[in-house]
Amino acid sequence: MDIQMQVRSVNGSIAVVSLDGEIDVYTSPKVKEFIGKLIDKGTYTFAIDMQNVRYIDSTGLGVLIGGLKRVREHGGAVTLVSTNPQTRKIFDITGLIKVFDIYDSVDEAVNALK
Amino acid sequence: MMQAREVGAEIPEIEVRIPSRAEWVALARLAVATVAARMHFNVDEIADLKLAVAEACTNAIQHARESDEIVITCRIYPDGLQITIRDFGIGTEAERIRSRDLGEPRVGGLGVYLIRALMDEVEYRVEHDSGTVLTMFKRFGDSSR
Repeated sequence: MDIQMQVRSVNGSIAVVSLDGEIDVYTSPKVKEFIGKLIDKGTYTFAIDMQNVRYIDSTGLGVLIGGLKRVREHGGAVTLVSTNPQTRKIFDITGLIKVFDIYDSVDEAVNALK
Repeated sequence: MMQAREVGAEIPEIEVRIPSRAEWVALARLAVATVAARMHFNVDEIADLKLAVAEACTNAIQHARESDEIVITCRIYPDGLQITIRDFGIGTEAERIRSRDLGEPRVGGLGVYLIRALMDEVEYRVEHDSGTVLTMFKRFGDSSR
């Protein structure tokens, strides 16, 4: 069980981070470090593509919340992409559906940031 | 509130022991998913069970100091699955079972909140000198079986 992470830039200012795998107590520190380094380098606007995330738990949610808090300090924003019903259910149960804007496609998530 | 249930030879029991480390939590949730699938829980219920078990193990790893091992026990009842998660660490009751208020986005307490939301019955028993036992139960839903 592991997580694969990739990033590409859109318009030079929006980072599209693609996550593939499972985000749990073991892999979430890797995601935190990956996103943290991008923030350290001055990227504050993220579309995080979770379409290939098969599992996420509270530690993964914590990484997303932490990232959101950091970028908001710089006027940034985070949008998410997920069509996985279980992932959406977890965001719904925890109330994070009101904190994060979740879209069905990367294009929609990126356009919302422009 | 946990309903009292009998324990005995007629109740099938599966036990998995994992080291109290992050890299082994995936094994715990896969083991429980396998048991749940054999019981014919539906896909959504299995996902709930996996998450609840993972949250319980994560809680034990993060808060149970000096605990080397986590024991996951599944008991198969006619009406559902009972899972106990036992650790052998020292942790205060408050930090172990605290849930969270939904409002300000923050991390602490999300795991316990999710366990309570996903399972039908949840009970923590904190033994200050010998660890914590979380017992939780999920009934078959209308679409199961």
